[in-house]
Amino acid sequence: MRVLLDPIKISFHNLNSAKFRSFLTTLGIIIGVASVIIVMSIGGSAQLLILDQIKSVGSNLVGITPGSSEEKGPPAVAFGVTITTLKYQDLLAIQNKKNVPDLTFVAGNVTGTAQMKSDRENKQVNYQGVTASLINVEKIEIEQGRFFNEQEDISLARNAVLGNTTAEDLFPNENPIGKNIQIKDQIFTVIGTLKKRGTTGFSNTDEGIYLPLFTAQKILLGINHLNSINARVNDEKNIERAIADIKSTIREKHNIKDSAYDDFSVRSTAQALSTLTSVTDILKYFLTAIAAISLLVGGVGIMNIMLISVKQRIWEIGLRKAVGAKRLDVILQFLIESIFITFSGGAVGIFIGFLVSYLASLVINGLGYDWEFTLSSQSIFTATSISIAIGIIFGMYPARKAGKVSPMEALRYE
Amino acid sequence: MGASPLIKVTDLGKTYDNEGMKTEALRGVSFTIKKGEFVSIMGPSGSGKSTLMHILGLLDRATSGEYYFDGQNTSGLEDNTLAALRNKKIGFIFQAFNLLPRTTVYDNVELPLIYDANTGTDNKQRVIAALKSVGIDHRADYFSNQLSGGEKQRVAIARALVNDPEVIFADEPTGNLDSKTGVQVMEILDKLNREGHTIILVTHETITASYAKRIIKILDGKIVSDKEISDKKRLLAEKGKKIK
Repeated sequence: MRVLLDPIKISFHNLNSAKFRSFLTTLGIIIGVASVIIVMSIGGSAQLLILDQIKSVGSNLVGITPGSSEEKGPPAVAFGVTITTLKYQDLLAIQNKKNVPDLTFVAGNVTGTAQMKSDRENKQVNYQGVTASLINVEKIEIEQGRFFNEQEDISLARNAVLGNTTAEDLFPNENPIGKNIQIKDQIFTVIGTLKKRGTTGFSNTDEGIYLPLFTAQKILLGINHLNSINARVNDEKNIERAIADIKSTIREKHNIKDSAYDDFSVRSTAQALSTLTSVTDILKYFLTAIAAISLLVGGVGIMNIMLISVKQRIWEIGLRKAVGAKRLDVILQFLIESIFITFSGGAVGIFIGFLVSYLASLVINGLGYDWEFTLSSQSIFTATSISIAIGIIFGMYPARKAGKVSPMEALRYE
Repeated sequence: MGASPLIKVTDLGKTYDNEGMKTEALRGVSFTIKKGEFVSIMGPSGSGKSTLMHILGLLDRATSGEYYFDGQNTSGLEDNTLAALRNKKIGFIFQAFNLLPRTTVYDNVELPLIYDANTGTDNKQRVIAALKSVGIDHRADYFSNQLSGGEKQRVAIARALVNDPEVIFADEPTGNLDSKTGVQVMEILDKLNREGHTIILVTHETITASYAKRIIKILDGKIVSDKEISDKKRLLAEKGKKIK
């Protein structure tokens, strides 16, 4: 037992007596372990943030976009292609419970950009033409006034609902309900404002301007296609079936006999969640592996230092053998010293990694993001095991060299 | 009953082979040493005295001849067996003291016991006893670098004693000490010998050698003389030290 404890005592003395030199020796390990911890922590938090954003939108959501595209990839519009095959009739067909029984609410959407004038402002804005069902599909809440009703979807009403920040900007310190804004050459009356919701990754309702669907489509944009249809499925387990029903419904409407010729894509947030989880997982582990490379460099440094240490202590090894240490005793001693060095470096690295990750989370939260600080026991365990493994792997060669020293070296010391 | 000698060396030879160049360090050395003797091995540098001591101390192996240690033939013994023998039966004292730095006197003396799998609970008693017998127990908690040369050598002697060895080998024990301290150290060795310890001393200093009761002179790898010192000569040596 002493054969195990004594090297630890010796290592501690050695490290303690030359503090700056010890610091330099373990620097590689400290940086490497700290990097691993930071990457795993920040990577984990970033992953949570992204996934939470999707979850907050609702995991029962299904989105239909025009243009065929790989369902695991982005929709066609992300590539700058405008496809006009999705129509309001498709939305009505999907809304029909006979066609797709598992949907609770379906909403249609067009987007546009135009010049907007109000009492105080004159600027270009993005606006959305939406159906009244939007507030049931996406989780948005009315603060003042009301949202659109179903008649207004198609009645070409000149009403508008403002996002929380937009309302504040356009009508600070006054009630925006009943006030007018001009978009392009049309006057709209504000009938409602939304509660503040914050950024949720894909949409920022706070800065939105919502107009009734047909008004935006036909009056402002002069189009009769939809940019997207979003629907809420009644239960997560029905998502697959709902998607299948939606596809067959649209195919029928568009006269598509072969699915290879689909001119639309259907995606669910559940799918997006799992894809994003895999992608961010790969990213996270990839970054961790890169961080771990610096640990290899640190390990080589340790091996170097241990080799020098063995050389400097040849007489000591000779002495120990002269008084009865066996080869294994010597190997074990130097191996334990090496592990002690890497383990100490690892402990410091874990502490520094924790500190940096925590500070980063404070800063990011201060910037307004809902950042959750994570430090999994898995990452601590990983970092600790790696430190010990490095100590063993890179300490083995010097330890074996030490074991081979002959006891006569003790007498050569001068 | 008819005790076999502690050390029996027959026609011992050691040849070094350095990339084809052969050097004969020892050529056919024979002698015996009994328990309780105090022997000096003397010779100039290059004579082979260090090589002989390495082999006698089981730190090295002979290339020819036989070496019986404590009745056991040492040729063919494995490294680990030799280590165990050194641990239990042999004590070493070196010219440069060879104490572990940044380590207390107590821990230094305890070192051989750490490598003995059989010891454990009575380490403390044995260490204190060894420290007392060389008169340095009052320095037990001091660090080795806080001691004077003479004190360091005394710690080294205590370390050599702690495992109650059959024989103590001393390699130029006074080489790094001033003459007064050297005398103190030799007196301790003398006392230990009178208490029954076997001591084998390797030195080139005549005064140091004369503490022994038998001098083996070696030159060019061969023994040139092997004589008991008469009491008269030892008394002269003692006088010499008193004058100082």
